[in-house]
Amino acid sequence: MSVRVVLHSPSGSRSFLERGLLLLVMLIFLEGTALTLGAASSPDISAQDNTGGHEHLDDHQGIAGSNDRTNYTYTKKAFPVLSLDYHHIQVPFEISLWVLLASLMKLGFHLIPRLSSIVPESCLLIVVGLLVGGLIKLAGEEVPPVLDSNLFFLCLLPPIILDAGYFLPIRPFMENIGTILMFAVVGTLWNAFFVGGLLYAVCQIEGTYLSQVELLPCLLFGSIISAVDPVAVLAVFEEIHINELLHILVFGESLLNDAVTVVLYHLFEEYSGAGEVTPMDVVLGVICFLIVSLGGIAVGAIYGILAAFTSRFTSHTRVIEPLFMFVYSYMAYLSAEMFHLSGIMALIACGAVMRPYVEANISHKSHTTVKYFLKMWSSVSETLIFIFLGVATVAGPHAWNWTFVSVTVILCLVSRVIGVVGLTFIINKFRIVKLTTKDQFIVAYGGLRGAIAFSLGYLLDKDLFPMRTMFLTAIITEIFFTVFVQGMTIKPLVDLLAVKKKQEAKRSINEEIHTQFLDHLLTGIEDICGHYGHHHWKDKLNRFNKKYIKKCLIAGERYKEPQLIAFYHKMEFKQAIELVESGGGVKLPSAVPSQVSMQNIQPKKLPPPVAERALPQFTKGREEEIRKILRSNLQKTRQRLRSYNRHTLVADPFEDGWNDFLLKKQRLIELEKKMTEMSNYLTVPGAIPDSPTMCRARLASDPNAFYNIKASSDGVPTIQVDLASPQSPDSVNMLNEFSKEGATGQSLGQREGATGLGQREGADRDEDQGLMMKPAGKGEKGEGGNKNPGLMRCLSDPGPSNEDEEDEPFLP
Amino acid sequence: MGALQSLPDEPEYRDLSEKTGFSFEQIGILHKRFKQLSHNEDTLRRDDLNTIPDLSCNPIRTQIIEAFFDKRNFHQNGEGTVQEISFEEFLVVMSHFRPPALDMTEEQREIIRREKLRFLFNMHDTDNDGTITLEEYRHVVEELLSRSGALGKETAKGIADAAMLEVASISMGHMEPDEFYEGITFEHFLKILKDIEIETRMNIRFLNMDTTNLCKKINSQQDHYLQVNGEQKIA
Repeated sequence: MSVRVVLHSPSGSRSFLERGLLLLVMLIFLEGTALTLGAASSPDISAQDNTGGHEHLDDHQGIAGSNDRTNYTYTKKAFPVLSLDYHHIQVPFEISLWVLLASLMKLGFHLIPRLSSIVPESCLLIVVGLLVGGLIKLAGEEVPPVLDSNLFFLCLLPPIILDAGYFLPIRPFMENIGTILMFAVVGTLWNAFFVGGLLYAVCQIEGTYLSQVELLPCLLFGSIISAVDPVAVLAVFEEIHINELLHILVFGESLLNDAVTVVLYHLFEEYSGAGEVTPMDVVLGVICFLIVSLGGIAVGAIYGILAAFTSRFTSHTRVIEPLFMFVYSYMAYLSAEMFHLSGIMALIACGAVMRPYVEANISHKSHTTVKYFLKMWSSVSETLIFIFLGVATVAGPHAWNWTFVSVTVILCLVSRVIGVVGLTFIINKFRIVKLTTKDQFIVAYGGLRGAIAFSLGYLLDKDLFPMRTMFLTAIITEIFFTVFVQGMTIKPLVDLLAVKKKQEAKRSINEEIHTQFLDHLLTGIEDICGHYGHHHWKDKLNRFNKKYIKKCLIAGERYKEPQLIAFYHKMEFKQAIELVESGGGVKLPSAVPSQVSMQNIQPKKLPPPVAERALPQFTKGREEEIRKILRSNLQKTRQRLRSYNRHTLVADPFEDGWNDFLLKKQRLIELEKKMTEMSNYLTVPGAIPDSPTMCRARLASDPNAFYNIKASSDGVPTIQVDLASPQSPDSVNMLNEFSKEGATGQSLGQREGATGLGQREGADRDEDQGLMMKPAGKGEKGEGGNKNPGLMRCLSDPGPSNEDEEDEPFLP
Repeated sequence: MGALQSLPDEPEYRDLSEKTGFSFEQIGILHKRFKQLSHNEDTLRRDDLNTIPDLSCNPIRTQIIEAFFDKRNFHQNGEGTVQEISFEEFLVVMSHFRPPALDMTEEQREIIRREKLRFLFNMHDTDNDGTITLEEYRHVVEELLSRSGALGKETAKGIADAAMLEVASISMGHMEPDEFYEGITFEHFLKILKDIEIETRMNIRFLNMDTTNLCKKINSQQDHYLQVNGEQKIA
């Protein structure tokens, strides 16, 4: 614990030291065990027994206080008060240790911002892996085969890919799908054959001692080494914040080349034994590629739709909602792998297909859970992969051949550059937005290799490929070269070349409007031109989606919600949350600065004779009051936790009651109508139904508040509203007449409710749009209100009924 | 391309090509489309565009069609609307959607950007007073949501208001309560959309080639739907 505390010390060099210490502590743990995480998946439990058991067996018996070596003596011994059975918990304990090490390392790097700004995290993690491996070796233990292929492909890879697929920016991805496919398929094929072929040629040169290497293993090696690795690309590209286009090009390529790699790998592996490849095999290979890629996508899509469909019915068991998504995705991956289809493509398809529907169905909280779990899993997996890569480097038997390794590295670079430049030349003929030379450079340079290549190499059969160790060494070298050299230099190069960076800004509502507008405009222009392009088909698909698919997969009424409205609601929701969390400070930290109020943009039309819509103006004190009310209302929605329930965390008013909300809104509107009919001389703004999210929040928090307004408002200062504008003196007169005639209690009550409601609406609307309130005073014509105590009462905001409610503990 | 040579007004195309930046082939194809839409007349009317079946489900159809008849989009400093347009004007309007060249200087990029945004701005600014007022903006959003029923109409106003508020707060900073934000001027418009890379997005692909036999079929039969199907295959 003390180590952790000191870690926070700001001085860089010192915390470096501390981190070393931390590492050491970790290593002592690890050394003590020095056992395989891989053993978890490796079948030879007996071997594990032998290595792990010995030293601790002694301890066990020592502590138990028995000198007896044999367990079968029946002498009575003292009951073991404390016993140690490490073996019992060994595997999970070690897994936890590795995960803990990975997380602590990640934590440590982020405490030293200076270091992580120079060296990418992936490099640091590999170094840590090397150190850990080295220490294990120093301790005289056998380094565990941590990067076991099974472990890698079944446990570590899926979370990263699912994360990537789920958060895949669909729009740029689909817009550039042609280019991405070109790079992924043709580019990878080119790389594989170029590298493999030339390597074979080099191996035939006398004096390299490599003449025993045949063509097919070379090609196999080429296909393993040529694929760009999504894990490495993600790790590096997330840090350099490159613009969206380049990011999606490199990243998309790394995802989609999986199918090519899988097919090439199996093809060459198959024929390495047989030797001969006929043209028939090539044709079969092409068919196999189509099946592997399209089949993978199909499997993923099916599971994605299933997940979406399931999430339609989970509104009563919100807690397990996220689980469905993870399980369906994992099943998709496993199912695809079962048929040797592309598991990566299945996961991507699954994530991308399910996302829009699942997001509409699951609750806000579940969505957050999904997001966090995905991010957490993927980042831990990523960290573990890089650490394991380091450990595996230390562990593995190496066969270093200078020629082979250096030729591999050079050929990889050369083929990548030629491939990208050549393909871009072709692609640019078809692209509307051409790729510039800079773009090509980054795409070529961003082709990092990673742990997938290593794991594929690791899978090779020792008997079939006697040169497996040399291959592994070359693969590791290539990975290290790309991750260290290219990964470390790409950031300065991006800065040097002034490649456009990603804009981090939040999307504004104007941008959203114009994005939509542009889509429709371009579709329209294409239709006028009479040829069916990209936009036309996208529009068709969208409409089909809206008409049929959404109806089936999205529960309730939300499928009708157009994108723009959904965006607006989301934005509003965010602002409401921010408002609450900011503690009602005067300045709202939202996207909309509170400098401009509604009345600044409201056209100044002459007030209509009866119902004038001026905004209420409040003094500072009143403003505070309103904020308080609003806050407590929103807080109350969070305090709904009445009783503990295993299946629901909190009755979630924001999501569960959409239908309910619509109903209430209907009633609200009716009420408003009634109000305007009854008391249209009151000049408070009517309820404005334009902020459903806020309404939702309010209604859900206190559904009764609007219908049974508490007449009294003790302790809460009343808020006076600009009752009648000077332009409409009639209204005051009417009002007076009305009060003289004596309103019936009922109508007064109704009006009360309506007015309170309207007023609060007005206030809230101001709130959530970032108002600037002006001190009331001179302009205020409050005589009507002052003359009539009843009216006065009705104008006062009901507010929180008792103060102690606010003192309740704030439940998260 | 055989069809292109058979077209009589080749020299005329050179003129148009210089003016709009389209290639001869593109002009040829667009001309064919123009003739088809206008039923072989020299001018195009609103009704001709209104009857395009694909356009009927576009929520902003009226605005798109109006843009073709808006003098501001003809590069001639005109104002107001016209009843019918010739092929040249059709082409000029279309040229707003031409993709940019590969190597542009920053200045060229900025010019193209302004031009494209001006087109958008003019679509919103229906009364041509240089500002998009709240009313106009509301109208835009309403049209956008016009296909989504009652829910859309209700929310459209709120969205437009929020958007306008955002513009006002971005472009004006602090405002006194009695000040009035007139509407979005073009400068403000540029400012709020600076993150949308309009120069790379407001483009459509204009076909360079047209299969000859397909065109012959169309010429002989004047069958609209056949062309639709044929080009579907091309695309």
